[in-house]
Amino acid sequence: MKRVSMTVNGVRHEADVESRTLLVHFIREQLELTGTNVGCDTSSCGACTILMNGQSVKSCTVLAVQADGAAVTTVEGLASNGDWHPVQKAFHENHGLQCGFCTPGMMMAAVGYLDENPAPTEEEVRLALEGNLCRCTGYHNIVKAVLAAADDMGS
Amino acid sequence: MIPASFDYERASSLDEALSLLAQGGEDARPLAGGHSLLPLMRLRLARPSLLVDIGGLEELRGVRSDGDSVVIGALTTHHEVAGASELTGGSGLLATVAEGIGDPQVRHRGTLGGSVAHADPASDLPAALLALDAEVTLAGRDGERSVAAADFFVGPFMSAAADGEIVTGVRVPKREGWGSAYRKFQRRAQDWAIVGVAAVVNWTEDGIAGAVIGLTNMGGTPLRAPGVEAALAGASEKAQILAAASKVSELETPPADENASSEYRLHLAQVLIARAVAEAAGCPGMQRD
Amino acid sequence: MATAEKYVGGGVPRKEDPKLLTGQGQFLEGLTLPGMLHAALVRSPHGSARINSVDVSAAAAAEGVVAALSGADLADEWAAGLPMAWPVTDDIRIPDHWPVAQDVVRYVGDAVAVVVATSRNAALDAAELVEVDYEVLEAVVDVEAALADGAPRVHESFDDNKSYTWALTNGDVDAAFAKADVVVAERYTQPRLIPNAMEPRAVVAQSVPSTGDFTVWSTTQIPHVAKVLFALTLGIPEGQIRVIAPPDVGGGFGSKLNVYAEEALCIALARRLGKPVKWVAGRSEGYLATIHGRDQVQEIEIAATSDGKILGYRVHILAAMGAYLQLVAPGVPLLGAFLYCGCYGGEAYHFECTGVFTNTTPTDAYRGAGRPEATYAIERVIDALAREVGVDAAEIRRRNFLPAGDMVQSPGGLAFDSADYEPALDRALELLDYDGFRSDQAERRAGGGRRQTGVGFSSYVEICGLAPSQVLASLKYGAGGWDAATVRMLPTGKAEVVTGSSPHGQGHVTSWSQIAADALGIPYEDVTVLHGDTHVAPHGMNTYGSRSLAVAGVAVHNACGRVVDKARGLAAHLLEVAPEDLEYEAGTFSVKGVPDRTKSMPELAFAAWTAHSLPEDSEPGLEASCVYDPPNFTFPFGTHVAVVEVDTETGAVDLVRYIAVDDCGPVINPVIVDGQVHGGVAQGIAAALYEEATYAEDGTLETASMVNYLVPSAAEFPSFETDRTVTPSTSNPMGVKGIGEAGTIGSAPAVINAIVDALSHLGVTDVPMPASPERVWRAIRAAQGGEE
Repeated sequence: MKRVSMTVNGVRHEADVESRTLLVHFIREQLELTGTNVGCDTSSCGACTILMNGQSVKSCTVLAVQADGAAVTTVEGLASNGDWHPVQKAFHENHGLQCGFCTPGMMMAAVGYLDENPAPTEEEVRLALEGNLCRCTGYHNIVKAVLAAADDMGS
Repeated sequence: MIPASFDYERASSLDEALSLLAQGGEDARPLAGGHSLLPLMRLRLARPSLLVDIGGLEELRGVRSDGDSVVIGALTTHHEVAGASELTGGSGLLATVAEGIGDPQVRHRGTLGGSVAHADPASDLPAALLALDAEVTLAGRDGERSVAAADFFVGPFMSAAADGEIVTGVRVPKREGWGSAYRKFQRRAQDWAIVGVAAVVNWTEDGIAGAVIGLTNMGGTPLRAPGVEAALAGASEKAQILAAASKVSELETPPADENASSEYRLHLAQVLIARAVAEAAGCPGMQRD
Repeated sequence: MATAEKYVGGGVPRKEDPKLLTGQGQFLEGLTLPGMLHAALVRSPHGSARINSVDVSAAAAAEGVVAALSGADLADEWAAGLPMAWPVTDDIRIPDHWPVAQDVVRYVGDAVAVVVATSRNAALDAAELVEVDYEVLEAVVDVEAALADGAPRVHESFDDNKSYTWALTNGDVDAAFAKADVVVAERYTQPRLIPNAMEPRAVVAQSVPSTGDFTVWSTTQIPHVAKVLFALTLGIPEGQIRVIAPPDVGGGFGSKLNVYAEEALCIALARRLGKPVKWVAGRSEGYLATIHGRDQVQEIEIAATSDGKILGYRVHILAAMGAYLQLVAPGVPLLGAFLYCGCYGGEAYHFECTGVFTNTTPTDAYRGAGRPEATYAIERVIDALAREVGVDAAEIRRRNFLPAGDMVQSPGGLAFDSADYEPALDRALELLDYDGFRSDQAERRAGGGRRQTGVGFSSYVEICGLAPSQVLASLKYGAGGWDAATVRMLPTGKAEVVTGSSPHGQGHVTSWSQIAADALGIPYEDVTVLHGDTHVAPHGMNTYGSRSLAVAGVAVHNACGRVVDKARGLAAHLLEVAPEDLEYEAGTFSVKGVPDRTKSMPELAFAAWTAHSLPEDSEPGLEASCVYDPPNFTFPFGTHVAVVEVDTETGAVDLVRYIAVDDCGPVINPVIVDGQVHGGVAQGIAAALYEEATYAEDGTLETASMVNYLVPSAAEFPSFETDRTVTPSTSNPMGVKGIGEAGTIGSAPAVINAIVDALSHLGVTDVPMPASPERVWRAIRAAQGGEE
């Protein structure tokens, strides 16, 4: 067992983990933050996307021990003081989700991207989400939501 | 799935990493971003006994200009390489290539050193390093050494790095005044290249004064295309580029897999070479699309 | 029932969203119970093999392991094999299908043993220690090879690999072909597809040993159907099983419309071990162990006049069943059997389908189930006819459309309600700017550049609202097609809707709330919708086949009507007037001519609860139920248009525009309907351009993970353009039809037709699905006289 400590959604956690524990399992099972989903076993689907030190990463492809000392944000940490993040609002207003399973990862990828590029084009948004798969929406309303969130955050 | 059990040590210096690897024996592996290794471990296709995490070795991170060369540390992420302003001239190819690897999340974690050490014939950086005549720097218990990219990639997932050696970075000639392009052909944006073509071209008023071609996924290692390069010398028209590109057929038969037959791969390589060279030349008359 | 439509027809944001947007979704992987154990399965790496022995001793001795069991160890657990509910013919061959194989494995992924441990990791680690001695047998993975003489038999007990042949004939087919000026014959393959709901399957089974009661949580679309079938498979009295589809199920598309080995296995293990047992699929494991879809070879022939009027149809289908018959697999081709004539006329029709066993993961209903296959064949072959007779692709459709009207007789044998196909085509052409497109295309062709453009049409009609129970009986389906709803006014004036549908992304909570809020005249926020738990919603036939709105939604509507009727009696009693002296609007009864004498639904709900003063023949409470068995299917239709650009040098296809004009009747929530169209269209486009599950000859699934089974991302699609025509169904009081599968049904042929159109000047007439760049390149080369 290895000792890790990290800040998740602003709260500092310390715990013992097996070396092989993936960050996503640490988040889901040890911290009991089950909003971050696991949709594949090949780093393909992006359902497990979180922010690590401000950047989007697939938490299924990071060992918990590698995240020692990191600042992590999960979907549970998006809203502040009960106010939804503009990306959450935009997904709701634009019907950017159906079953909702890919949604946390999709939103985290979008939040990370809008931080890098606050005023993207539609084509840029589509490329930025290339690592996140959704089977329900055909992406139409997801892309619309991310563009709407960018507008909202820019204004 | 989750990986089979393994031991994990975090190295606080390169020396410590090397001695941990030496102690761990042949089943010990260095771990950087983990984006080549962890996917294999999750499917239990790789079962290292010990991972030595070198992710904290700040001296292996970053891009710096050093005279006519750019030196890139092994821990530099693809995202960082993609944004490196030091990569000027022909070496800008690396930034272009890094920007198209995997997806944004992969680029945030995946490292140049990890990708080089993994030596996957379908990954993009090796062909670019080959095209740029880059050197791969390695550290071992006996000290540091450099290996030309042409000598580093020796087979599918096999490199000249010895057991216990760590890739510390690459040194890339800037090739000021040269242009570059990378044409990656894949089904989905996040996929590996079916074929990738890196072109680095010195375009002058008289046409192409020099051209280097690096090929991704056209063989068990990244390949140069010497016949194409020779035929490109002096070319100044589209037809000449097309003729030169056809020389790619002189190479050994490319592999066949579920994404493409050998024949189609060869055809693609030819088309993409012409497009990449035209783009790298940067001359409007040469552009084909 | 008078209702003011305040919510129905409006794009109210979904009630489902807040928890899903904040990480509070209740998906099954997050469920943990005290003492819970975890199961991991050992699966066959061979397409066909005899099991000589299974040695579980090392696994049983591993740390954390509670039990390690082979198929033989578990044989006594089963009262019956895994169920198959659609024996389409009297002589269909139905193989035994045990949750864990006992003597022979028949596909890569067939379970051979299970390990149960105190953690998932311990179970996965120990599963690697199970040693199985196999005698590898020859496998067969292709439907045509499986029917060849001397083919390896998937089931030794049968003489060959045929499961059944089902046929349908209307009219004199030979006569229609004999008098035809033209006959066009085409052969298409429907690639095998992996549904890929984003949430992998999972099960938790819990037993109460002292009572013999079981609670089963499963990522299922069909909790009520599953409850009946679990009882039969496990020999547990039905009343002692409670099945819960969790509040959030992450997509299904048919892949969760089944009774799976792992569900039965977790129940059996919970019974045997007296502890809760959980199983969660890995994505790649799911690729082996969750049903696949399609995998058909189609031969279609149409006879027509020289001006392109279709006279007759002949269709022969080979449909892969996979290694066993899953829940409704034999019936999947039947859902398309009536639709190989699309929305077109003709005099005669013959359809014949043979179900074939292969050493592959079993197939079953995947989004559209039978209808995408049928639509693909007719929409491709009608383009071939258009080329043959020299008629424009839009015009040939117009020329053959069935007349507008109600209960229009189709050559396939069904009578289509609400038929009116031309307006959707017209609207699609208008959105496209057809003339503008053709002139752009002509310019590009004249320019001879490498990027050529093409347009493809697909005018479809489909069958939804599954289904009238009596019709299902005639097709030998083993269950009814009704659905149920209970609507209950609560004492505080709010309402509870209990539905038999089992949503997993479709937004039923929102749509049913809209229906009930309008009918009961209460705020949308005051409606709660309960679903998915057989103890809460005792009756239901659940969610598949675009049936939820047209059956379960109509049941909600009707139950609301009955609540209002009951409320009228109470209002009349309290206001001391006759019921017929009351007017009802937007939740308020008022006395005709005396508008200030009123009773609102909340007031009546409270009065019904206190029961202080009720009409003589009335009981306390304000609640009503409806079990609705539809009198007919519904028949949504539409026209889809794809515009592509093809790089003629590489064969790469860019989808540049996609236009969908659908007619699903009146719309409850236009935003949700558009979302269903977008998602459905994306899955059809994915089939046309990217997705195909392939097997090696030895039965190895080559596309074994998301790395090489190409589920496309946002980067592979354009935005979609949607519009609607509205022709109400006459089959139900709401006029609604269903929209869940329309997009998938309409889209694939539009895309392939567009590719063929882009290359038609080069002589290309066909590109198989998925139209990979290499296939497109080869089609161009073959058309130009080179090798294919």
